[in-house]
Amino acid sequence: MQGFRLHFVMLLRLSWRNLWRNHRRTYIMLGAISVGVWAMIFMTALMRGMVDDMLNQGIHNLPGHIQIQHPAFLDDPSVVNSIAEPEGELLAALNQPGVKRWATRIKVPAVIASERESRGINLLGVEAEAEADITGLPAQVSEGRFLESNQDQGVVIGAKLAQRLETRLGKRVVVMSQDPDNNISERGFRVVGIYRAEMPGLEEYNVYAARDTLQKLLRIEGRVSQIVIVDQDYRDIESLYRRIEKVTPSTLEIKPWYEIDNYLAAMFNMMDGFVLVWVIIIFLALSFGLVNTLVMAVFERVREIGLIQALGMRPRLIVYQILLESLLLLLIGLAIGNGLAIITVKPLESGLDISMVAEGMAMMGASSMLYPNLTLHDMLLANSVVIILGILTSILPAWRAAHLDPVRALNST
Amino acid sequence: MADVSLVLAWRNLWRHGRRTWLTIGAMIFSNTLLVFSISLQFGSYDMMIDNTLQAYSGHIQLQHARYLDEPKMRYALPDIDASAQTLRKELGLSSISARAVGFALASSHERSYGLQILGVDAEHEPLVSTLPGLVKQGRYLDPAAVEEIVIGSVLARNLKVGPGDELTFLGSGFDDSFAAGVVTVVGVFESGVADLDRSMAQVNLGYFQEIFAMQGHGHSIVIRAAHIDDVDQLMADISTLKPASDKLAIRHWDELQPGLRQAIQADMTSAWFMYLVLIVLVAFSVLNTQLMSVLERTREFGTMMALGLQPSRLARLVMLETALMTSVGLALGITLGCLITWYLSHVGFSYPGMEEMAVKFNLPDRMYPAISPVSLTLGPGIVAIGSLLASIYPATRLYLLLPIEAMRAA
Repeated sequence: MQGFRLHFVMLLRLSWRNLWRNHRRTYIMLGAISVGVWAMIFMTALMRGMVDDMLNQGIHNLPGHIQIQHPAFLDDPSVVNSIAEPEGELLAALNQPGVKRWATRIKVPAVIASERESRGINLLGVEAEAEADITGLPAQVSEGRFLESNQDQGVVIGAKLAQRLETRLGKRVVVMSQDPDNNISERGFRVVGIYRAEMPGLEEYNVYAARDTLQKLLRIEGRVSQIVIVDQDYRDIESLYRRIEKVTPSTLEIKPWYEIDNYLAAMFNMMDGFVLVWVIIIFLALSFGLVNTLVMAVFERVREIGLIQALGMRPRLIVYQILLESLLLLLIGLAIGNGLAIITVKPLESGLDISMVAEGMAMMGASSMLYPNLTLHDMLLANSVVIILGILTSILPAWRAAHLDPVRALNST
Repeated sequence: MADVSLVLAWRNLWRHGRRTWLTIGAMIFSNTLLVFSISLQFGSYDMMIDNTLQAYSGHIQLQHARYLDEPKMRYALPDIDASAQTLRKELGLSSISARAVGFALASSHERSYGLQILGVDAEHEPLVSTLPGLVKQGRYLDPAAVEEIVIGSVLARNLKVGPGDELTFLGSGFDDSFAAGVVTVVGVFESGVADLDRSMAQVNLGYFQEIFAMQGHGHSIVIRAAHIDDVDQLMADISTLKPASDKLAIRHWDELQPGLRQAIQADMTSAWFMYLVLIVLVAFSVLNTQLMSVLERTREFGTMMALGLQPSRLARLVMLETALMTSVGLALGITLGCLITWYLSHVGFSYPGMEEMAVKFNLPDRMYPAISPVSLTLGPGIVAIGSLLASIYPATRLYLLLPIEAMRAA
């Protein structure tokens, strides 16, 4: 044990000093590693932020992490495919701690008309005070107010729809839909609030009214279109999903968010793969320089290595010494790269304005502000890939150095 | 003289064969990757643009100047059918079609939905849009018939109708009058574009104008160019024929589908960030190699200078070495990249999750990279420039060399 420690300290000192014998080369290599590691982490934080935003927007739009509805509803969102409000075991399960929020909602196609224009819309009947946790809509109301109770008599419409209808806050609009018997039901509503969505496309379609008011209008008292459930974190809903699935009547359909929207699920699953591919590509580009540096370092020291071998240093220790040199180089590079990444990402965390390409981002499902997300997991991934693969690629030059023939090495110029 | 420098540079490179190959290896790696991903990018952008524009909006549209921002019934163009006919004749292009757009509440026996109803010129519409060709059940509109309608597949499912069923629609006309009609569904189209399949229906333009009391008005003349590169020329031709005014605007597809260009821009930006990082890393590799090779030749260079060679000659030699190294990397990288890309442009390319993404951007579920002179040379070209720039520093060190001291160096 004592011997090992002595060896280690000696090797460490040797490696450290060797590293700085050709300081220009070491600086250049450190520059390359730092830039590479910075790029790995910086880019990952931006992409992670964008995908998180897309998922959040997407889930707010579904809405909810888990939905319970009539089996035909997703395909045919009609008032006919409604379900009874939850009761018994299901209600008990929904009210258990662990469920962050649950609510019932009505969602039917409808037509909205002002004095001048009419449009086809999604008419949503929501529970007023649950909406903040489910779609975050109340925070987006820019004029007027959000619905105040489940019996509120007003509607909240998007700014773009207001413009299309040439109506404004306080005006009356007529909403037409049909009841389960296919009779047209219509009534006037006062526009009590106007919202600006982060996704402009939604502003034109989603119109919010109070749940009980719509139940009366559509003649479906006691019935709703969906039960939506929000868990603490959308990444981890399995246990809650299974718990609620068990008590959901077999006549209803229950689905987690990733089964409702394939695009969101694909983005979510692809992200980790993308990060790994990106980190490995950057590493490969770096690895050529790393091997080059080590090969040169060995080449310059052929005589010296021959000499210490002739004096009795074991080949294994020479391998260790070269690997240690490589490790020191990688560690310093990583430290600088990580530092740079943190310094550059932190100021951007309050949000990066990319509204220049807002409509393009909307097409991808993201909003016009990008909040980079620097996660410990991604940083660990980048760092471990660099260290593990870095050491692996250093083994060959190190092994070659250790297997020089001492006599020839001593005689080389 | 030049020959001597070239031979000298070439031989110098191979004094450290392994080092040179490692540096060239970094170049080949980056060049191959760049050729492949730039080809893939260009291929998918072309496809995204084509598929999106051909489905509905066309390359150019003539509209009332206010229609783009406020798509309202009253912002219409007069005598639209005749104008389209004139344009077809004057431009010698048949892929020009007139449209009118209205909003209506459509009811089947069981259901009612709000929909966007389009009056189209059934004869020319198939030339500007792929929708007529995507009719999966029944057939497209007969140009001579009235009271026929084709609708999107999701709409058909929601209304629970198919070919042969009747639909009633209600809307308000051009003069704010009541517009109503009874039509027979003759076809159902499935475009894969969710918005179109969910909320669009088409009837003949003449019938539309009658029902909605359009008095010959329509909302847009849609033009599809033979090729996307012709669009700018075509725009210029049209504006000499029909100058824009406060009543008439000529809209480029950029304006009709702003999201498309921006999605491409956003994707380009992130892609170029990645490319630049790769290029910088290659430049570091070159800098390292060339600086080492200059430093280890200090004695040699000192001797050459003592013999009367100008530092500029030596600096040129170092640059020439880099240029040779870069050329080898360029040639091999492009060849390898080209082979991989060529192979994938035949068999196609896909990764897990791509199918779901593809639907969102109107792409097929396999991607086919597009090889072009630009996609082959753009990335490697920048790598080459980066490498040459990186060797400027080692080259300038030669100007600081003092022959006597250099010859004494270890």
